[in-house]
Amino acid sequence: MTISGDHTAPDTTSTESAGTALTDAVKKFGITVEDYMLPARHQIQMVDPDGRLIPEGEQGTQPGHEYPVPGDKELLAAYGQLVVGRRVNDQNSALVRQGRMAVYPSSHGQEACQVAAALCLSEGDWMFPTYRDAVAVMTRGVDPVQVMTIFRGDWHGGYDPLEYKVGIQCTPLTTQLLHAVGVAHAAKLRGEDTVVLAMCGDGATSEGDFHEALNFAAVFHLPVIFFVQNNKYAISVPLAHQSVAPSLAHKAVGYGMAGERVDGNDVVALLAVLDRAVKLAREGSGPLLVEANTYRMQAHTNADDDTRYRENSEVAEWRAKDPVNRMRTYLTDRGLLDDDGEARIRERAEAVAAQLREGLSEDVPVDPQELFRHVFARQTPQLTEEAALLADELARDAAATDSKEAGK
Amino acid sequence: MSPTITTSSEANGNVSAATARAAASAAASAEAAGPQPVTMAKALNTALTDAMSADSSVLVFGEDVGLLGGVFRITDGLTATFGEQRCFDTPLAESGIVGMAVGMAINGMRPVIEMQFDAFAYPAFEQIVSHVAKMHNRTKGAVKLPLVIRIPYGGGIGGVEHHCDSSESYYAHTAGLKVYTPATVADGYRMLREAIDSDDPVIFMEPKKMYWTKDQVDLGELRRHHAEGTTAGRTSEGRAAVARPGTDATLIAYGPSVPTALAAAEAAALEGRSLEVIDVRTIVPFDDETVCESVRKTGRAVVIAEAHGFASVSSEIVARVQERCFHYLAAPIRRVTGFDVPYPAPKLEKYYLPGVDRILDAVDDLQWEN
Repeated sequence: MTISGDHTAPDTTSTESAGTALTDAVKKFGITVEDYMLPARHQIQMVDPDGRLIPEGEQGTQPGHEYPVPGDKELLAAYGQLVVGRRVNDQNSALVRQGRMAVYPSSHGQEACQVAAALCLSEGDWMFPTYRDAVAVMTRGVDPVQVMTIFRGDWHGGYDPLEYKVGIQCTPLTTQLLHAVGVAHAAKLRGEDTVVLAMCGDGATSEGDFHEALNFAAVFHLPVIFFVQNNKYAISVPLAHQSVAPSLAHKAVGYGMAGERVDGNDVVALLAVLDRAVKLAREGSGPLLVEANTYRMQAHTNADDDTRYRENSEVAEWRAKDPVNRMRTYLTDRGLLDDDGEARIRERAEAVAAQLREGLSEDVPVDPQELFRHVFARQTPQLTEEAALLADELARDAAATDSKEAGK
Repeated sequence: MSPTITTSSEANGNVSAATARAAASAAASAEAAGPQPVTMAKALNTALTDAMSADSSVLVFGEDVGLLGGVFRITDGLTATFGEQRCFDTPLAESGIVGMAVGMAINGMRPVIEMQFDAFAYPAFEQIVSHVAKMHNRTKGAVKLPLVIRIPYGGGIGGVEHHCDSSESYYAHTAGLKVYTPATVADGYRMLREAIDSDDPVIFMEPKKMYWTKDQVDLGELRRHHAEGTTAGRTSEGRAAVARPGTDATLIAYGPSVPTALAAAEAAALEGRSLEVIDVRTIVPFDDETVCESVRKTGRAVVIAEAHGFASVSSEIVARVQERCFHYLAAPIRRVTGFDVPYPAPKLEKYYLPGVDRILDAVDDLQWEN
């Protein structure tokens, strides 16, 4: 089943029985029960790789459930963020090569997913990203240097998740999807209309927590959007080794959840689908699954060698589907973007890159006592003792250095 | 949708002025005054009831905790009293339960979740070790996780495989978790209330063979003491108890081993030996002071635990006491623990579990001739 404009999944947590809700949905769509339980046959694509708007009947939607093209303002904002996101990805990779950042899992090629995931949410909503979603976190409004702190090496995170309503950039795969479910559940119990977007990749759909999160969200009828960026590789392992399902959107079926497949390099389609998903979730549709068909253009990280497991020709094929170029052509052809507009956006991207170069080149002083300060809300006597041990060791080291200096 | 559920006033999120402070529960008003025979199960159930009455952000969920009241009935009546929004059954998935609790705690709730049995908590291990234990540190204290994971643990009930593990060492070894384990009915109430109040995540290990143990307890008085203690900042955390005073040797035990240690001390007294029994109460943080004070006084110690001895809480206790009390010791510290074998089938568990005789044998070995 596709994410139709009037989609509502059966809510077993309400008084209405699941069976009745299913029957209503079937009546509403005028389709069979079997059809209702099948995901969309085609991915949604609204702008083709050459930047041309695809005619409405050929965008992959079921008749009568077409997605409206997002407004000009939203499209221009998305394009600006795409350019910034690409610049950030490339700047960070350069900083890694220069040894100024420990590691950076780049989302080069996936910027449309990153940008749309952030722009579809309202201020009160939550996002739960993975380690590859730094651009999404930044697009959500977190300070770029704070976002990249996790990769700089002086702490395991750089921003306050509560301030931005963005979970930590999670490394253990799909564990954060359950946190997303919990945040949505708490909000629902308090009667708040928060929507939570939970992100993961194609390889992650093999994890047990992926299954548990989707099932919990469906059973408790929670406003969670599971956004799967299918970038085709889990480090070196291709999608075919993770799943033989016809698509990852098909995974939704078993949970009684609607699933949609979107061209993950078409930011227009991504925004259209995610905007509708957020609206539906907020109105009580229950959880939804969106699979974005994209590609990881670069190696997993700088420590990876992607020539060992994929052909250059495959990468070249995807370079032709680049999300940034596609959007530039589309907006230029529509007269929404001219050279001045492009220059202003480039300038902004350069400013962010400069901010990163400056922020990440700082030789940040680390405080060894921070090791102990944040383990507990209420410190244990054992940690107080260990902190004193380290302080003493450092004081003796410093004294030894001082006396050596004095003896020179 | 319950309008009475609000954000926890203690931890993350905004303080809600509308935080409901419900009147004393029906259960409380029906209680008889003064000390009564009360089971550990009843004390834990009362603690949950009182905590849920006091703070609408306290939620209880897990497997079979709703209508059934939990397989041990610890959550009995909570759904009836507080509704399905605040005490509910989840799908049967432990990682899901803990992961969802993490999210709820991030978003202003105080979840108290039940793992049905010790060994059934293992699917949740990744969530516990990688997130429950680390979120506070990772976010430099910005995100607190005030959640309690209740785990019935230990053997002695003739249970089948996977129902009798002593899993406390896994949690105690993980930096960032507090580990509590009560050994008396009164501590069942006191320590569960404090675990729920704590802004740190607490693994609350309940000695399941003691659920039906009765003590003379005045629940009303415990409730008042809890309120006063909270105001005065008093807690049980990091405070071991002298369960029985003595002078000749110290038995150090926790949870289900405390009654066994007390029985051993009683038997030793008949033979003219005065054994002091220390109830550790909170494994993390550990009360070095009380334990070491006792060992320095007696000069001899035996550590007792049901869990396997190798690389365990009992080994940690021996190491800590030895580091701090070496010159006071008249004999090497002995341990009486479960053997390093998988927890045995019911007909074999009496050979596995630390018993009075094995403890007395260890005490006899403490070089009394010196």
